[in-house]
Amino acid sequence: MALLQISEPGMSSAPHQHKLAVGIDLGTTNSLVATVRSGLAAVLLDDTGHALLPSIVHYAADGQIDVGHSAQLQQTQDPQNTLLSVKRLLGRGLLDIGNIEHLPYHFVETPGMVQVKTRAGIKSPVEVSAEILKALKFRAEQALGGELTGAVITVPAYFDDAQRQATKDAARLAGINVLRLLNEPTAAAVAYGLENAAEGIYVIYDLGGGTFDVSILRLAKGIFEVLATNGDSALGGDDFDRRIFCWILEQAGLQPLEPADTRLLTTKAREAKEWLTDHASANITAVLSQGEVIDLHLSQSDFHAMCQQLINKTLLPIRKALRDAELNVEEVQGIVLVGGATRMPQVRHAVSSFFGREPLTNLDPDQVVALGAAIQANVLAGNRNDNDLLLLDVIPLSLGLETMGGLVERIIPRNATLPIARAQDFTTFKDGQTAMSIHVLQGERELVADCRSLGRFELRGIPPMAAGAARIRVTFQVDADGLLSVSAQEQTSGAHADIVIKPSYGLSEEQIVDMLQSSFSAAETDKRARMLQEARVDAARLLEAIEAALRQDGEALLDANEKAAITTHMENLRQLTQQEDSDAINKAVETLNHATEHFAARRMDASVRKALAGQALNTLEL
Amino acid sequence: MAITLTETAANRVRKFLANRGKGIGLRLGVKTTGCSGMAYTLEFVDDLNTEDMVFESHDVKVIVDPKSLVYIDGTELDFTKEGLNEGFKFNNPNVKDECGCGESFTV
Repeated sequence: MALLQISEPGMSSAPHQHKLAVGIDLGTTNSLVATVRSGLAAVLLDDTGHALLPSIVHYAADGQIDVGHSAQLQQTQDPQNTLLSVKRLLGRGLLDIGNIEHLPYHFVETPGMVQVKTRAGIKSPVEVSAEILKALKFRAEQALGGELTGAVITVPAYFDDAQRQATKDAARLAGINVLRLLNEPTAAAVAYGLENAAEGIYVIYDLGGGTFDVSILRLAKGIFEVLATNGDSALGGDDFDRRIFCWILEQAGLQPLEPADTRLLTTKAREAKEWLTDHASANITAVLSQGEVIDLHLSQSDFHAMCQQLINKTLLPIRKALRDAELNVEEVQGIVLVGGATRMPQVRHAVSSFFGREPLTNLDPDQVVALGAAIQANVLAGNRNDNDLLLLDVIPLSLGLETMGGLVERIIPRNATLPIARAQDFTTFKDGQTAMSIHVLQGERELVADCRSLGRFELRGIPPMAAGAARIRVTFQVDADGLLSVSAQEQTSGAHADIVIKPSYGLSEEQIVDMLQSSFSAAETDKRARMLQEARVDAARLLEAIEAALRQDGEALLDANEKAAITTHMENLRQLTQQEDSDAINKAVETLNHATEHFAARRMDASVRKALAGQALNTLEL
Repeated sequence: MAITLTETAANRVRKFLANRGKGIGLRLGVKTTGCSGMAYTLEFVDDLNTEDMVFESHDVKVIVDPKSLVYIDGTELDFTKEGLNEGFKFNNPNVKDECGCGESFTV
């Protein structure tokens, strides 16, 4: 029996037409999926009760792909085939990624986006992210009992075009229909229902496992605008673990350790940090592989002193973001804490003393982003009749084009509200010039060389004119997902050219098609598994029927030879069902059917005879 | 006869109503659609219609329109978990047959 959820008045859907929509927080360290059921947003748990899916993918030697906790276990044994934090690589080139020497992977530099060599072949971060999304999609479909209509996936507010497009490609590869990409801070604000609150300025402080982001949102007439974002992509909860880890080494006077011991002590460090959230002190005990015994005592005040500098590092981006938004601390109406690391009391104190008010903390900081995405997905899928929750985001980086001399002319300034279209007129540089190359760029710097190239196209068919006489209107348009299209039109002749920016991060349309195709090959294995299962069920049903018939009439209607023949066939079929060949099973089913035809005919005759026995022909109702 | 909620279902409905911030109760109904004739509907209620019947079960108002009531009178609404999925379930004594998934039924 299908389980029902409560709908809004008048919004009940027809059977089998539920619009199942989820919100996905595709995180650097952990990912989550949430949905709205009976009006309540909740995170979906996996079958072991975990909400967080570690964003880790392991390519095993036997071709299996593990995602999440099972992949995490492989991290130390098989680091080169266990990919974590791929979100940092999404839509990035090798040069964009700092600290590459700390990562144990074999990077392959391809034009645009970096790729990683694993035993399963060269994998792009898009493919790896798709594996994570597939696992979340599977979890959601298990929990909701149907196919997903679509998902809202969150991205950091500072993600550029290439990174957003890469996220969308990953979703497409995972077979997820993306209803909207949503900025993470906006999702957090939605989770707290701030859209119903008074108008004002809100700060979202997001200290995750490995990244720190701060975003300033303005709420006006139920609409969110991201005024500014800032952060530190190499600062997170892991750094606090590392501080404790180093403190342990120092206190115990240990030399650099073996990997297994490093892992053990890192875990102990994290446990101590989590313990200190609610307790005044923590005991750290461990026995290392060489037999050394660690027995230390860490007080909250010592820990506080240790991480003061890390916490101060989060305040600088806040000041920068406030300056970008031209705001004072006093103008901030509320602060939302996001990310597991904000559970640390030191972080809460630092934030509340910086802003002079208590932050919002009543939702689980690990879950807020996914919950907000779920609420937005529910609206976009059409499960709510009021369409008041319309979200507006802003452009993270300015968009412009190249002009003479390698300079950048800005068309859309950063922090402009989405969706947006802006046009600007340009002209020709030389007499008789009939074509113009348009180079689209993203970034805040003045020189082309310092900005990120998003794409180029050519406008041809400009009528020959004196230099400066042609009027070429270039229009930049950015849709609600933050994706850009650029068009150019010569005003007198109407010559026109345009480009949808498929950012040059390395995945061409063909590559995506290839990847989709390879996901179809998985569909083939899925289909085979299904056929096998169906054949087994058929076989089991037949065997059961014949057994029952034999019990009933076997003695009376069959001689020993006939019975033996049937049981041999049955035994044969039973053996085949243990194996994997669905064709063989189907064939054996047919053989068995055939072998029992006589028996079936005799049973039919016998039952007809029994029914007719002792009745005169004219009393039968025919 | 009447419509009732199990205690688990009533607790859930109260929680969902509180989360929603408005609404006076829960509407059960049927509509003629689906693969097997009729389908259940389950909605929050903001306004009562004049002909609505109102029952009360475990402090939750259960609202049914008279046309639907003939198909579902005597129903007990339960809240259950099946694997990872969870939701409401109609235990309807009037049902003769339902489609495989149980989302629609005939009486």
